[in-house]
Amino acid sequence: MTAPASTQTVDLAARFPQSVSADARPGYSGFIVKKENLVEVATAIRDEFGYDLLATVTGVDYLAENKMEVVYHAFKTTGGAGLTFKVQVDRVDPVEVPSLINVWAGVDFQEREAYDLLGIRFTGHPDLRRILMWEGYEGHPLRKDWKEAFFEEETKPFKSRWPDGKFAFAEENNPFRDNLKFPADFDPEAYQPETEEDLYASLERHTLKGDGLNTDHIVVNMGPHHPSTHGVLRVAVNLDGETITGLKPVMGYLHRNHDKIGERNTYLQIIPYTDRLDYFNSMSNNFGYVVTVEKLMKIPVAERAEYIRVIMAELSRVQNHLIFIGMLMNDLGTMYTPSLYAFEERELILDIFEAVSGARMMCNYFRFGGVVRDIPDFVLQKIKDLVYDRLPAKTDEMERFLNENEVLVARLKGMRVLNAEDAIRYSVTGPVLRAAGVPYDLRRAEPYSVYDRFDFDVALRHDGDMMDNYLIRFDEIRQSLRILEQALKQMPEGPINSQKPQYQVRVPAGEAYGRIESPKGELGFYVVSNGKPNPYRYHVRTASYVNLQALEKMCVGTKIADFVALLAMLDIVMGELDR
Amino acid sequence: MENEKLSLPNYNIPEDLENVVAITTLDRLYNWGRRSSVWPLMFGLACCAIEMIAAQASRYDMARFGMEVMRPTPRQADMMLVSGTVTKKMLPAIIRLYNQMPEPKYVVAMGACASSGGPFKEGYNVVAGIDKFLPVDVYIPGCPPTPQALIAGMIKLQEKIDKQSIKKVRWYEKGRVDANYVPMPILGPDLIDVRRNAEIKQAAATRATQESA
Amino acid sequence: MYGKGILKGLSVTWKRFWDTYLEDISWWVRGKKRYNSTEGIAHRSSKNTRGIFTVQYPEEKLITPEEFRYIPFLVYDELEDGKKEVRCTSCGICAKVCPPQCIWIVRSNDPATGRPVPVPTEFYIDMDICMNCGFCAEYCPFDAIKMDHEFDIASYNRNVYDLEKLLKPATYYAEIRPENATREDEARRAKEAAKAAKAEAKSAV
Repeated sequence: MTAPASTQTVDLAARFPQSVSADARPGYSGFIVKKENLVEVATAIRDEFGYDLLATVTGVDYLAENKMEVVYHAFKTTGGAGLTFKVQVDRVDPVEVPSLINVWAGVDFQEREAYDLLGIRFTGHPDLRRILMWEGYEGHPLRKDWKEAFFEEETKPFKSRWPDGKFAFAEENNPFRDNLKFPADFDPEAYQPETEEDLYASLERHTLKGDGLNTDHIVVNMGPHHPSTHGVLRVAVNLDGETITGLKPVMGYLHRNHDKIGERNTYLQIIPYTDRLDYFNSMSNNFGYVVTVEKLMKIPVAERAEYIRVIMAELSRVQNHLIFIGMLMNDLGTMYTPSLYAFEERELILDIFEAVSGARMMCNYFRFGGVVRDIPDFVLQKIKDLVYDRLPAKTDEMERFLNENEVLVARLKGMRVLNAEDAIRYSVTGPVLRAAGVPYDLRRAEPYSVYDRFDFDVALRHDGDMMDNYLIRFDEIRQSLRILEQALKQMPEGPINSQKPQYQVRVPAGEAYGRIESPKGELGFYVVSNGKPNPYRYHVRTASYVNLQALEKMCVGTKIADFVALLAMLDIVMGELDR
Repeated sequence: MENEKLSLPNYNIPEDLENVVAITTLDRLYNWGRRSSVWPLMFGLACCAIEMIAAQASRYDMARFGMEVMRPTPRQADMMLVSGTVTKKMLPAIIRLYNQMPEPKYVVAMGACASSGGPFKEGYNVVAGIDKFLPVDVYIPGCPPTPQALIAGMIKLQEKIDKQSIKKVRWYEKGRVDANYVPMPILGPDLIDVRRNAEIKQAAATRATQESA
Repeated sequence: MYGKGILKGLSVTWKRFWDTYLEDISWWVRGKKRYNSTEGIAHRSSKNTRGIFTVQYPEEKLITPEEFRYIPFLVYDELEDGKKEVRCTSCGICAKVCPPQCIWIVRSNDPATGRPVPVPTEFYIDMDICMNCGFCAEYCPFDAIKMDHEFDIASYNRNVYDLEKLLKPATYYAEIRPENATREDEARRAKEAAKAAKAEAKSAV
């Protein structure tokens, strides 16, 4: 296993002695940038030091120090460790930080999220509206002094459960007898709800000023209940005839407060919650989270468990890409047959997950230092059967079934998705970025676990059209099968966990950003620990959420009929998008 | 009950009518027709929706129960399968869909989240169970229920339909056309259930006096 | 030729369509039962499955792997005199480790001494909050709470299970998870033997 590269690859403090200082808090790394110089320093980080991809922006509320911190993680698409830099501002409203949207367009949604949940105003952001909650919602939930309606205690486990755990519905303890919280003296009858004028106003940004026919633009709201939005996503589309002139995704319809619940949970209790992020790939989500916490805890992982983890993560990638293909066909109108074929293979893979972890979808299989239990022999045989025999054959069959289909080719070939430059600018990761010709795969760019021991190619296509985006999933399935074959051969005997089973882990104070290549792109976890059994700040950077920023760029100028296919290319999943 | 006996297979039919007539009750016929063609609304919310799709797919095949016709429009749907976490932001859309469904209509709460908020119950954007707003017919525990568990729930729903009588069902009662109409909640500082306006106002006033005291 | 790709694709569906019947015939020739038999279901879940893939629940049921988990239940041992001995000692680890905090336990106190007695007086699990993660079973030091295989538990009401509804005999547990049960029984017996040996050694001294 390669030693984790230091994040101090560049000395930012030497370059900007006036405005940058190293973060000296114990357990922390990176640099603290003065608010006034943020844009200047960020531009230098991008242009001089070459950190072209900004992965995460998130805020942390340090209530005791009366500070708000905004944390940025920038990476190079050529690989290697990242650069962490932070801005600290006083926690006095309005909390203001300059927006970096002109440096990296990929901060758009993430800054809006920090504004929504933490109340940090990013000056210069052109469209700073709430993103996960609705306009008019009271308060900023991730602030440490904000309490939800069903608030019981700061952290789990709650004392009311044991030893005197009289059962009570949470509703009974709430003044509004429900999961509700209203400001004092609120009068519902006199209340005027906020309108969505800001949303519709923001659609006009791209309006084409042509000299053709002077036609009215119409706004079409797709979703939140729409069969092709892959869940409860709503997209407001501005149309000139059939051409899309503006588009804004509206999300939060599945915002399940993952971050807030995570901060109340103990480190272990978060694992099953991560299953429910990207519910197609619970194994990958587990992987990302435990990698991050292991980084914080500085513990080794049992050798055999590393291989088991890789096997599970790659199986879930195969399964995810098969479903992507099936669902894409559904979206294109080839109702059912291809997706039914894809579901057959998926069921066989889920059988393996079920036999190993106990559940088909919500595996909850990884633990800090290893995995829950060893793979039984009959399951190992099943995996071998699938990897050596069935899946290669079925992938070929799927390609024979679809790839040359003239209708499919006509729909996909030559339909631009994103070029490399835009993809990087919008922080797009995963297959979409690789289909645009950027060989950025975290399994290679910054190997985690034992991925540096396998011989595989980073799947790459160059045209960046829909056909390439579609074909690259087949390439990735093949590469995953290659990794699986090697992992099955190399897997050593031995213990499956380096730690004793324990339900309360000790995590030293500090911060960590861990990331893995999930089937949809970069899945990152930012965890801040203050040494207590619960994380102080827990943030998930999901591929779906960040990739969706590019949707507007992808769709403006195309026809509405292609919108559904373009959305399918991003392979979003709502649990991960809204969290 | 005499009517009940009529649909039993061993009911004595006069010899000359055997193989010519079949005897049943109107209720049986009516319920058989309805139970065998429950069309669900194509409507997925979260993780459970994936298991719902799996239940529709090749291995479980809900078509065997006449439930394969997923209708994207509520106007043609008989059953709303609330498959996943109901958030406050999504709730108005769900209620609008429910109100647009024609009678007879059924609501099935699939999974822990739809039944009570589930593991996300404490979340600030989560509705603690769809039964706070819609009348739920069947609750299916599990997180997520496996496709087989979902089908078991569907069979439970069929059993419920079997027990209904045409004389008593709510959609043929006079003057009860809108009996199941649910007023739209409003998204304000929090979710406002307009049926509970007075209660909310009072509790907010109590809060004000507590805070000032 | 335009349309060749479509024909090529259709050949796949065509083959898959006939596979079902070919498979039926081959099972019939071999004199085996393809439907409603464990062998048939196992074959349909293996790498060799061809043609029809459907397992027709409720007539057929998928083979449940031993580790499958659905909702938790409490294990009790049946003593020889017919009494139920609940394994749970109300130590509260399951309630502490439960991620959505859906377990409520009331620990009993001895009315004479006022000291806690290792038996729960009340035990509730809100099954509509439970996320089936299996932590309670995993971290229980007394093998008292386990994950059930039973999944067809849909009902017309919300499900809050109390002690009575949660209790299931150890024989049932051994039936659904034979390997785990044997392993745990052995470990427990070894532990007890070690304890007894220790006590003996102590008394000998």
